Amino acid sequence: MWRARYLKIWVGGAILLVLLVCGVAAPYLAPYDPQEQVLEHRLRPPTFAGQGSGPHWLGTDNLGRDILSRIIYGSRISLLVGATTVILAGLLGCLLGALAGYFGHLTDEIISKITEIFLAFPFLLLAIALMAFLGQGLVNLIIALMMSRWVQYCRVVRGEVLSLKERDFVVAARALGGRDFYVLLRHVLPNTFASVTVIATFAMAIVIIAEASLSFLGLGVPTHIPTWGSMLSEGRVYMYRAPWLTIFPGFAIFVTVFGINLLGDGLRDILDPKLRGRR
Amino acid sequence: MLRRRIIGAIPVVLGISFLVFLLMHIAPGDPVSLLLGEDATDAEIQRTRHEWGLDQPLLVQYWEFLSHAVRGDFGKSLKFGEPVTKLVFERLPATAELAFVSLLVAVLISIPIGVYSAIKHDSLLDHAGMGLALVGVSLPNFWLGIMLIYFLGGQLNLLPVAGRIDYGIQLEPVTRLYLVDSLIAGNFTAFWSALRHLLMPAVTLGTSLAAIVTRITRSSILEVMRQDFITTARAKGLGETAVVWRHMLRNAMITIITILGLQLGALLNGSVITETVFSFPGIGDLLIQAISLRDYRLAQGLIFFFAMMYFVVNLLVDLLYMLVDPRIKL
Repeated sequence: MWRARYLKIWVGGAILLVLLVCGVAAPYLAPYDPQEQVLEHRLRPPTFAGQGSGPHWLGTDNLGRDILSRIIYGSRISLLVGATTVILAGLLGCLLGALAGYFGHLTDEIISKITEIFLAFPFLLLAIALMAFLGQGLVNLIIALMMSRWVQYCRVVRGEVLSLKERDFVVAARALGGRDFYVLLRHVLPNTFASVTVIATFAMAIVIIAEASLSFLGLGVPTHIPTWGSMLSEGRVYMYRAPWLTIFPGFAIFVTVFGINLLGDGLRDILDPKLRGRR
Repeated sequence: MLRRRIIGAIPVVLGISFLVFLLMHIAPGDPVSLLLGEDATDAEIQRTRHEWGLDQPLLVQYWEFLSHAVRGDFGKSLKFGEPVTKLVFERLPATAELAFVSLLVAVLISIPIGVYSAIKHDSLLDHAGMGLALVGVSLPNFWLGIMLIYFLGGQLNLLPVAGRIDYGIQLEPVTRLYLVDSLIAGNFTAFWSALRHLLMPAVTLGTSLAAIVTRITRSSILEVMRQDFITTARAKGLGETAVVWRHMLRNAMITIITILGLQLGALLNGSVITETVFSFPGIGDLLIQAISLRDYRLAQGLIFFFAMMYFVVNLLVDLLYMLVDPRIKL
């Protein structure tokens, strides 16, 4: 079992690493400029399809842009949006959850009610609603996804802090004269690290799918920036004539999310056994 | 307890309504100018602002919104020219039918796999089942939908790729649930057509739910199978099938049903995407149309409706849970 858990972490981590390398080194790895339009090369099939498309390994789109290059550049947006959202939502959620759990009473009442209001919206729907009114854009996208995702952290951290604050080491830290914020930051919050790491990993997978979904619906980043979701949306029109326009970007999303979920599964089994079976 | 739970829901409902109300005000620029376009004159913009009440103070606007919302009045859709509530109720049965069939697909796939994985746990089949669940949860549903359309609809020509029913089939709307209406009318051609139209969207929507339920079923059964009453059931000579289906699954069902209820949000999330991919005329598809047409009123009404539906169902699941297991206090 232990070997299987580590295998999940290794495989998942390797997939994430490949994504990271693609994102960071995109200008060096991509064989073409992702925006370069060569109309005489439009809708060329992938090289392995054997119809003489030459150097375009995964074919070209309706404007003659290289699919592989666009997928490599697309990983930047997925990674950037995924990581930034997870970090910002994590900071906001952990902070509010810790305050609610540690101080209790009115603070808890108010934060819990706000959490309940946000939880009343299905995650993606809230992001769709916010994007519909905020308008397209990278910053708006991150804000929308962060506002839809922080509650999960808040709930879990609140629960953990509620039980941690009664533990002997926290009582001792307070008895030694530690101020509330010091005790909270130095002794309580570090102990929620395992659960937060597990939630953050799964959240990253969910956010990457959400970003792709929003881009697919035309509610993500501006259309000139290559993203996997917008590639799928554009490719849909040519689905029967040029299926590679939809197969490859979708496969990239799937492999990425699969890798992150695998990593999350492995981390959960090791770091937080009591969460096993949940997502 | 019940009263406390319901009273506790009031501030949350108010909060939801305030958040939905605020959406119109976070839009960059003036929604009226955006809607009327660049050619609109100042007088037209002012008149529409006045008609919408946007020239009133924020709290007055919220009170207007709320007092109309409790009467189910979200105003008229600007693009369709009909009341928002009427449009929602016309489209709701399609989404309900899709959600129900997806739930059915998810349960039919997930429970046998989950039960089998738990019984044979740590075997090759268990690992294969869990691997499949991981794949299911990682598949973006819009991609899955497109791939199904391409292979089953396009290449193999097995199933229709869009809409709810074949063109030309007439059905008297009773419930607006086509499967039910066709059965009431005894029109099996219509039933078959509606079912064929539902299959691909339902599989698309049900796959990730199936993956989650498979995992939950497996872990619940694993927990139940170590309990004393299972040993007792075996000791009194019950066959393994009866032990699994009558004792293990029945006891694991409480958790599974709760998760299914709580996953309604995932179905609503998914319905927006799935309905768009399959041009399925439900409320998810209507929301995306409203957004792309900048019909803010309709979008606002639909988002409020989605949130309330999700909230009420979660509340009902909580209450049902209390009824099923009286040890639980809300």
